[in-house]
Amino acid sequence: MSALATKRDDFYKDRSYDPLAKYGRDRSDLLSKLDSNSSSSAGIGSKALAGDKSSGLSSSDDKAASDAGVGFANLPNQIYRRAVRRGFEFNLMVVGESGLGKSTLLNSLFLSELYNADHMGPSKRIKKTVYVESHTVLLKENSVHLRLTLIDTPGFGDAVDNSNCWNPVLDYIDARFEDHLNAEQKVNRGQLIDSRVHCVLYFIAPTGHGLKPLDIEFMKRLHDKANVVPILAKADCMTMEELRDFKKTILNELAQHKIRVYDFPESVLAAAAAASGDSNAASAASDSCDDEKSIKRLKDRLPFAVVGANCLVESASKGSSGKVRGRAYPWGSVEVENLEHNDFLALRNLMLRTHMQDLRETTNSLHYENYRYLKLSGIAQESKFRTTDGKDPMAQMETEKRDHELKMRKMESEMEGVFEMKVKEKKQKLKDSEVDLQRRADQMRKQLEQQEAELAERRRQFEAEKRAWESAQAQGGGGDYGDMGGGGGVSATMDAIHSKEKSKSEKKKGLFK
Amino acid sequence: MTTVEVMKGLGPDVRTIKLNGHVGFDSLPDQLVNKNVAQGFSFNIMCIGETGLGKSTLMETLFNQRFEFTPSSHEVPQVKLKPHTYDLKEGSVKLKLTIIETSGFGDQVNKEDSSKPIIDYINQQFENFLQEELKIKRSLHTYHDTRVHVCLYFIAPTGHSLKSIDMVTMKKLDSRVNIIPVIAKSDTITKPELQRFKTRIQNEIANNDIHIYQFPTDDETVSEQNSIMKNLVPFAVVGSSDEITVNGRKSRARQYPWGAVLVYSEAHCDFVRLREAMLRVNMDDLRERTHAMHYEHYRRQRLAEMGFSDEDKLSLQEMYEKRRETHQAELQRKEEEMRQMFVVRVKEKEQELKKAEGDLQTKFEAVKKQHADEKRKLEEKRQGLDEEIAEFQRRKTAADNRNNLASGTSFTLSKSKKK
Repeated sequence: MSALATKRDDFYKDRSYDPLAKYGRDRSDLLSKLDSNSSSSAGIGSKALAGDKSSGLSSSDDKAASDAGVGFANLPNQIYRRAVRRGFEFNLMVVGESGLGKSTLLNSLFLSELYNADHMGPSKRIKKTVYVESHTVLLKENSVHLRLTLIDTPGFGDAVDNSNCWNPVLDYIDARFEDHLNAEQKVNRGQLIDSRVHCVLYFIAPTGHGLKPLDIEFMKRLHDKANVVPILAKADCMTMEELRDFKKTILNELAQHKIRVYDFPESVLAAAAAASGDSNAASAASDSCDDEKSIKRLKDRLPFAVVGANCLVESASKGSSGKVRGRAYPWGSVEVENLEHNDFLALRNLMLRTHMQDLRETTNSLHYENYRYLKLSGIAQESKFRTTDGKDPMAQMETEKRDHELKMRKMESEMEGVFEMKVKEKKQKLKDSEVDLQRRADQMRKQLEQQEAELAERRRQFEAEKRAWESAQAQGGGGDYGDMGGGGGVSATMDAIHSKEKSKSEKKKGLFK
Repeated sequence: MTTVEVMKGLGPDVRTIKLNGHVGFDSLPDQLVNKNVAQGFSFNIMCIGETGLGKSTLMETLFNQRFEFTPSSHEVPQVKLKPHTYDLKEGSVKLKLTIIETSGFGDQVNKEDSSKPIIDYINQQFENFLQEELKIKRSLHTYHDTRVHVCLYFIAPTGHSLKSIDMVTMKKLDSRVNIIPVIAKSDTITKPELQRFKTRIQNEIANNDIHIYQFPTDDETVSEQNSIMKNLVPFAVVGSSDEITVNGRKSRARQYPWGAVLVYSEAHCDFVRLREAMLRVNMDDLRERTHAMHYEHYRRQRLAEMGFSDEDKLSLQEMYEKRRETHQAELQRKEEEMRQMFVVRVKEKEQELKKAEGDLQTKFEAVKKQHADEKRKLEEKRQGLDEEIAEFQRRKTAADNRNNLASGTSFTLSKSKKK
């Protein structure tokens, strides 16, 4: 780890523009502290375990332990190490008509032979239709491994009818998003290699007049899917004033059509400043101000007008000597890495040295999330499936299942309740009618008994009378008026009883009607 | 140098290109780290141990802060978890620290359910993260990660071996969270006893196949250090909130009549090594393991529960349609079943009631019949009586007629009698 630290120091020393040097130095300090701590604690620790008597406290030991604080300030370094061990991916897409110097620019950008005789640039591979091709190279700088994927679109804008020539490009970007989405949704997912398009360099032909309709159409469709960086190609055929006007026109047209290109936010550098430690607040502030100012100055050059070169020319500028990349003309040499000649350095520094991670981050958190949102809500909509709380429809089904179960259970208990109630009602009714019938039966019985009693009474009376009469008869044939009267009386009572009975039976009959 | 992750799985036609100068992408890790630092980090520690083992004190000592914990009593009826969140800052690093303490662990008479609240809490945090990840509109980079990154398991300093509750709890937790066992209040154990204790604990852990956190040794910068740490597990720690002055400097210590235990001394306890291992060297690895191993494990289980699998080769759309159809069909089927069951029951009950009604009806008919019978009998009786009366009347009238005939004479007779 210390080897890495010193190497980084060396590299940072020989760069003129280096916003991160401060941070680098700080980190190496922390790292060295870590090393010294580890060695000291390891040494003393093993000695203590071996049973050496160290009753007191070695002051250096305690000093180091308590001075170093808690220790989680070392977390960034741990993350740094892990990131380096993992390596990085960067997927760069270049789009533009043939002959605009795309391959040359990429070779200059990465200072290597990405495109050479064996691996031809896109302009030399044109087929009938526009297609998208990618090839991957591995770059290594200072123990940082970069897996760079270059995506070309040979044939873009070269046909006579260029309508919909952007479709293969858009499809490719969407396909990469979909791959990532599927990989993310798998049940068993391992380490995801990021294959999404992080940056699209769009080459604009140096007409000097403004954007072509094709440019506008393409960028309008692309700015929501990836970070678009417009590049003015072959900038060495325009003078400074022409360039200025050209850039202004382009910026106006972009604003007019509401195209949002990637604008290299300055917040990235603010984060770096904050992270480099508040301990050196004053110097850090001044440094970062410089850096922020220089970034701002570079940003003013947007869109970048660049020149690329595969050959070396004699350097004519004051500061340096020897050969540099450039293009030799009879009237002078254009140097690629000279900020006065073109914006190549601005592009390289901003894209690679300060905002590379931000490009990857924006792709992940903005464009990919947009795609995911549209895709998942699209699936939901197509199936007429309303997601109540914005959850993935698959997960929504789970909650739906649970809800349904609850609903079923409630329904079941409700139905049970209603059922029970109805049963109870019916039973109650039955019981009531039973009671009622019982009552009536009792009533009738009572009446019957009553009648029976009356009848018995009557019989008794009659019997008594009869006996009396018979005994009277037996006594003396003549009846006396008393008897007659009695007889009459008897007959009268008989009649009375008869009539009473008649009415009673009528009554009875009425009851049973 | 081991193969870098991104290099794995590449075809043979991928070239490694040599750079002819300094391009500058070696600042990429710096850019990455800066972004993370600006956002801030979150770290969640769970402390499990019996009441009174010094968990809160150790936390305060570890982070060199007063945390205002209230000590808990022994009468808690069930294990409860209390999370507290603090915002710390060291250098330029902002840390959102959450400390989850168990209260009432090991205090109950029946300790069988001790680990359930803990497992529920851990699963709940995983579940929250999973729900956030599954949302359609999600904001993962601003999400406050509450998953438990490390669990410090406090072992009582008995000097003998692990208690059975320790082994049971650790076994249940080892697949869900990184466990670092520590021996609490280790100033009650002498050095030789401590060594024996540690060895016995290490053996028991190995014998019972408990997967405590292994400090990573694949990064050569820290592998040496970490392998030393591995042999020190479980860490014998002493915590203290008091400071005494030693050698003219204030330092945390525990003052006894026979001497002072200096917390920061490596000869006295393993506190410094624990702090280093956990915070200074392996903090990122703890977080990474929680995310890549324990969380993925939970996620796999959960998705399998929900019925997902990786074998379907259909696109997302098709798979979704299919699942939705089956889902709907199943719901319909369940509803139908329930309805059918109810219909059957209603029919049954109706039959029963009808039968009861019929019974009642027949009963009533019987009663009525009986009543009619009785009435008939009564009528007969009456008729009989009427007939008798009529006969009696006839007899009487006949007798009267005879009497009348005779009464003419009898009249005179009576008259004569009267005369």
